[in-house]
Amino acid sequence: MARQKTDLLQGTLDLLVLKTLQSGPTHGWDIAQRIQQVSEDVLQVNQGSLYPALHRLEEQGWITSEWGASENNRRAKFYRLTAAGRKQLQTEAETWERFSLAVSRILQTS
Amino acid sequence: MFDKFSRRLRALVRKPEVERELDEELRFHLEREAEQNMARGMSAAEARRAALLKFGGVEKVKEECRDVRGVRPLEELWQDVRYGLRLWRKNPGFTGVALLTLALGVGANTAIFHLISAVRLRALPVPEPQQLAEVRIEDMSAARGMFASWHPSLTNPIWEQIRERQQAFSGVFAWGADDFNTGTGADVRLARGLWVSGDFFNVLGVGPELGRVFDASDDRPGCGPAAVISHQFWQREFGGDKSVVGRRLSLDDHPVEIVGVTPASFYGPEVGRAFDVAVPVCSAATLRSEDGRLESGTTWWLIVVGRLKPGWTVEQATAHFSSISPGVFETTLSPKYPPESVQGYLDFKLAAYPAASGISQVRETYEKPLWMLLGIAGLVLLVACANLANLMLARASTRERELAMRLALGASRGRLIRQLLTESLLLAAAGSLLGAVFAGFLSEFLVSFLSTEDNQLFVDLRADWMVLGFAAGAAVLTCVLFGVAPALRASRVAPGAAMKAGGRGLTAGRERFSLRRSLVVVQVALSLVLVAGAVLFSRSLGKLLATDVGFEQEGILIAQVNSSRLNLPGERRAAFRRELLERIRAVPGVSSAATVNVVPLSGSGWGNSVWMDGEDPAGKKGVSFHRVSAGYFQTLGIPLLAGRDFGDHDATSSAKVAVVNEEFARQLANGANPVGRSFWVETTPNTPQTRYEIVGLVKSTKYYDLREEFRPVAYFPATQAATAGLFNQFLIKAGVPPAELTAGVKRAVGELSPQSTINFKVLREQIQNSLMRDRLMAMLSGFFGLLALALACVGLYGIMSYGVASRTQEIGIRMALGALPREVRRMILRESLVLVLVGVAVGLPATLAATRLVSALLYGLTPGDPVSLGLAALSLVGVALAAGYVPARRASRVDPMVALRYE
Repeated sequence: MARQKTDLLQGTLDLLVLKTLQSGPTHGWDIAQRIQQVSEDVLQVNQGSLYPALHRLEEQGWITSEWGASENNRRAKFYRLTAAGRKQLQTEAETWERFSLAVSRILQTS
Repeated sequence: MFDKFSRRLRALVRKPEVERELDEELRFHLEREAEQNMARGMSAAEARRAALLKFGGVEKVKEECRDVRGVRPLEELWQDVRYGLRLWRKNPGFTGVALLTLALGVGANTAIFHLISAVRLRALPVPEPQQLAEVRIEDMSAARGMFASWHPSLTNPIWEQIRERQQAFSGVFAWGADDFNTGTGADVRLARGLWVSGDFFNVLGVGPELGRVFDASDDRPGCGPAAVISHQFWQREFGGDKSVVGRRLSLDDHPVEIVGVTPASFYGPEVGRAFDVAVPVCSAATLRSEDGRLESGTTWWLIVVGRLKPGWTVEQATAHFSSISPGVFETTLSPKYPPESVQGYLDFKLAAYPAASGISQVRETYEKPLWMLLGIAGLVLLVACANLANLMLARASTRERELAMRLALGASRGRLIRQLLTESLLLAAAGSLLGAVFAGFLSEFLVSFLSTEDNQLFVDLRADWMVLGFAAGAAVLTCVLFGVAPALRASRVAPGAAMKAGGRGLTAGRERFSLRRSLVVVQVALSLVLVAGAVLFSRSLGKLLATDVGFEQEGILIAQVNSSRLNLPGERRAAFRRELLERIRAVPGVSSAATVNVVPLSGSGWGNSVWMDGEDPAGKKGVSFHRVSAGYFQTLGIPLLAGRDFGDHDATSSAKVAVVNEEFARQLANGANPVGRSFWVETTPNTPQTRYEIVGLVKSTKYYDLREEFRPVAYFPATQAATAGLFNQFLIKAGVPPAELTAGVKRAVGELSPQSTINFKVLREQIQNSLMRDRLMAMLSGFFGLLALALACVGLYGIMSYGVASRTQEIGIRMALGALPREVRRMILRESLVLVLVGVAVGLPATLAATRLVSALLYGLTPGDPVSLGLAALSLVGVALAAGYVPARRASRVDPMVALRYE
């Protein structure tokens, strides 16, 4: 563990999952991999909390699931963004940007 | 939204599948992770281990996934329900007792409430019933003449004036109930009739199912009779034949054309009496030509109801009717009205009364008893709840270890309470469902019980929302009553304590046990109220049945002979009646027979004010009358104390004579033998003030009903009646079976006048039918009292045997120290007895208060009747001994060695 890892803020996982699914349907393991890769391993997804999050998002109607074939041709549960999910992603992304902007301003001034 | 719901439903119903999918999803993840690890060069086992490490607790993740699904509460409910059902199977005895008591308790309450709803709470099945209001005279005590209805009613001239003058109603109608004979000759049946004014159906808003209903044009002076029949009558008499309109129906031997049929939902304006046939008021001119009731200002037979104009209240209508009253009564005053009462007549005030639920004799007779029965049934339900709570507590104490274990393993207290309540709710729901089924039968049974041949009770027993709501409410209430306390208690167990008691259940703390004892005390107290009520009602009925009516009821047949088709002229009618009586007396087996116009204890009556000749008329007293033929006293076995019976020499030409009873002599003649003296009868609309000479004195008899005190009665000879009718009523005493007798009488009457129709009644039955309400109270309160006793017995038995079981050791030690089995037995029985005596002591004041409420329905008993209360208390002591006996015997057979070694 050479690099410092950052734990995810509460609620951030949802945003990341939605963002990941924006590029197309995929399964849980792939979502975890991608978040890790894209963030260049800075964000470590706690795999244990990923699945409850997925189920929660589905329960809220932002994503839906169906069974399909994985890249190595095995049965896997694929998650896809719904229209409501897209909207949610947009709001959450905006909120996040405002939030991070505010935080960086504070950090800069002090 | 729907998506979400269907997903939840799927998660609940197809739980295994959902679980499998979750498994598969997570397995895929782990395998994929392991593959990646292997690709990085790990061994298969190492790769798998690393994947699991990274993932965290698989079961925990699964649980979290399930949680977010939102089916948790539902799932747990389902779990609880299944668990509850499993417990039922494990304890069939407990379940059976619980379900049975609940079913009886809830069922009885629902059935009685159903009747109340049908006769009291429900509105008439017509549009906007709340607009209906009845018009009647506020105080009718100055009304004189013929009263044709049990309900305060008006004369036809008054009704016509109201129709002319009133401004409060958008529509107004009048109706009167009457019975008609349909059919002819031997095939005569009674039809429940209604006289209705032309607007009756239109104002009520009832249209025809077939043909047409009456309108104003049907109700004009001089109209010919026409009939609108009810759906039920149409089905019963015509088999629902569509061609019935235009056919003729015989009503009291007059052919009447049927013009229409009303819909099945309409049973008439009176709850409890469904009508068969309605005829216009004006047709009384034809159908009742003899009594001239259309013109009569002294025949009270019509009930007037109207629909309030929009914006009018009943109070406004009353003010309006009060203002038009002087005009109405001045215009309608009959020249024949007894002068003493004219001022009273002119002072009559009309008032309006709400009539949304119609008018009902059944309601007036049974409403109060029904509410009382509902109260009684409610107490039974309380007893049942106390009993169940006790059983639940007993069961909870055997489950203490299980509950403690679950608390220790991390179950929340709320979760346990929820589970225990679910079990109670399950019982309550199943019990109430059974109860609803039972209620259906019970209410039907009650209606048929209260119906007599002459008085067919019609109650619309369709279930409505009110009744269903009541049953559901009763179920929830019982559940709360018997479920909450045990659930709260059971879940309060300290896990450590329960577990520590290793092997044996927790020796019940004093506090816990005393709750159960108080429940039994409450049960006994409530039972005392119920049993005392039952004893009071059945003793009251017994007293009524044994009451001395002053005449013999056994073996007397009433024959009502209607010869109106003969069209005999007035002067030949008396001879015809004498001939009829002679032929009936000649029927084999008949020992005596007589005519009477008013059968005693039939509920009908006739009377006037009377004073002794030579005394001040101001001292007049109300006296009841009978008009009888010679032989009446002999037929009913009424002893003649002085003077003579009537005879043929008492003719219209000779001086008017009368026989009076002892009560008459006591109240009007200072108790002296009045034979030879004379009295005066006040003017009536049809007869002037008349003087009668007393020729005989008889023992007193009851007149209207069994409950009354003897009242002054005067008998007049049939031979001196001013006019003779063609309707004759005979009392026949015979020593042969009724079937044989009726055949003989029919033959005898048929020989003289084949056109006459005859109805038979048995005097004893008629009198007993007048006690229907008392029978109902005695029967149902008796049933509920027994039920309460049985429940008290079960409750006591439960607590006593639990007590013995938990004190086995103590009893063992006592016996080891030399206590005799007899002493042990006595000790246990004494405890049972103490519980009951405490219950009786608590229940006694409640009983005294409760029985005061029912005093109006009792006969010959004070509410606090010591004999009845004593019997009730005694029966509870009996219960205490019975319930304590088995546990006591068990205690006395404890083997000290076994009990002590048990440790």
